[in-house]
Amino acid sequence: MRFLRQTASIAAKDLRSELRTKDSLNAAGSFALVIIVLFSFMLDPTETQTVYELSGGLLWLVFAFAGALILNRSFARELPNDCLDMLVASPVSSSALFLGKATANFTLLLVVELVCLPVFGGMYNLSRWSTHLGPLLGVVVLGTWGVTVIGTMFSAITVNLRLRELMLPILVYPIMIPCLMAAMKLSTVLISGEAITGDDWIWLRLLIGFDIIFTSLSLLTVDFVLVS
Amino acid sequence: MTPAVEVQKAWKYFGDYPALRSISLDVPAGTCLALLGRNGAGKTTLLRILSGLSNPSEGSVRILGHGSRDYQARARTGMIGHGIGIYDELSAAENLRLFARLFHVRDAEQTVQQWLTRVSLDRVQNSVVREFSRGMRQRLALARAFLHGPSLLLLDEPFTSLDDRAIALLQSLLADALKGGATVIMSTHQLREAMELATHVALLDRGKLAHSGERPVQMLADPTWLYRTYGDSQ
Repeated sequence: MRFLRQTASIAAKDLRSELRTKDSLNAAGSFALVIIVLFSFMLDPTETQTVYELSGGLLWLVFAFAGALILNRSFARELPNDCLDMLVASPVSSSALFLGKATANFTLLLVVELVCLPVFGGMYNLSRWSTHLGPLLGVVVLGTWGVTVIGTMFSAITVNLRLRELMLPILVYPIMIPCLMAAMKLSTVLISGEAITGDDWIWLRLLIGFDIIFTSLSLLTVDFVLVS
Repeated sequence: MTPAVEVQKAWKYFGDYPALRSISLDVPAGTCLALLGRNGAGKTTLLRILSGLSNPSEGSVRILGHGSRDYQARARTGMIGHGIGIYDELSAAENLRLFARLFHVRDAEQTVQQWLTRVSLDRVQNSVVREFSRGMRQRLALARAFLHGPSLLLLDEPFTSLDDRAIALLQSLLADALKGGATVIMSTHQLREAMELATHVALLDRGKLAHSGERPVQMLADPTWLYRTYGDSQ
C-alpha cells in the first residue's frame, strides 16, 4: 500500500505541475499535429491502399517524436531548486518514484495520442481507422507504455547531462525499435479495418513481452541510476 | 548509547580524485555538529552520503542504526541542501502536502497548516511558489525540512543567503529540535551563527578529517580558532 501511495503522490504531483504550466502538453501536441500535416503532403490521398499500408508507421513516428518532448521534461522538471535530491533523500522508494513519473508521462502522452488519432484518420482519409477501435486503443496503450517506460528510465539517466535534449532521443529510439515495430505492424492491420489474426499475434506477444521486460528491468535498476 | 551517525573509514572518489579520504566519525544522538572546512574540503560530499543521495566508494555509514538508504533512516531524516527543494509551480500548501504524504506524516493536513502558520505563510498558502519572494521560499523550505519531526537534520550551509527573519526562524527551529532530542549536522561558513548551537565540531581539510570532538571553548570568543589550530594554515 505504501508503495502505491507513494507512486500515486509522485504521479499526481507531476500531472498537477504539468496542468499548471502545460509546457510538455502544448509542445508535444502541437508538434504531433504539425508532423501529421507535413507527412500528409508526401502522400497521394487517392492511393488509398498505400496510405493504409503506411498508416501504422506514420502514426507511431508521430507518437515517438511527440513522446520525446514529454519524456525529456520528466526528470528535468526536478532540477530547479534541487527537487530531485529531496525526493531521492525522502523515504520514497526509487521504484515508486520511477513508476509515478512513468504513470504521469504515460497519461500525458496518451492524451496527446487520443487527440491525434482522429485527426490522423481524418487528414489521411482513412475511413476504416475506427472499425476495430477497441483493439487499436489496446495497441496504443501497450505501445505507449513501452515508449514511456524506456523514455522515463533514460530521462533519469540523462537528467544531469548538458545535452540531454539531444542525448535522450539518440539513446532511446534504438532501444524502442522492437516496441515501435510491433506497434506499427499491429496498428497498420487495425487501421486497415482488419482483425488481428494468425501471424500478427507474434507482434502482440512481442509488445506485451517488451513492456513486461523493460518495466521489470527499470524497476530493478532505477535506484542505481538515481543514487550516485 | 548508539551514535545517531556512524561513519567508518569512508572514501569517496570522483574519477581518480578522492573527495573524502578515510573519514571515521561518530555523532552522538541529541548533539549539534558543525561541519567546518574550506570550499572543496568535502563537506557537501559527506552530507550527501549521510542523506543517502550518494554511496561511499569504500567504508560504511549507519544513520540512526540503519543503512543510509534504508526506509527507516530516510523517514527520520530532514535535509536542507543547496537548493530549497520546493516546486515553483505548486502552491505552498501543495508542496507541504506532497512531502507530508511522502514522509507518511500523521494528521497531514493539520500538520501542514501548523507549519504554514509557524513560518508565517498561512495567508498565502494557496499562491504558487513562483510568485513568492526569496525569503518566503526559504521559510517554506524550512517548513518542508522540519515537517515530519525528523530525528536527524542534515543541513548544507543553511544560513547562506538567508535574511534576518529566516536566520532567526532557523535558529529557533534548530534549538527546538535539539531540545526535543534531535541530532543536527550542519556544514557552514557562518561560524558565529553556528557556534550559538554547535555542541560538537568537525573540521574537514582536503577530504580528511583534521579534527572532531566537542566544541572547544576558545571558539566562542574566536570562531576561527579551529581553522588556525587544526586547519591547513597551521
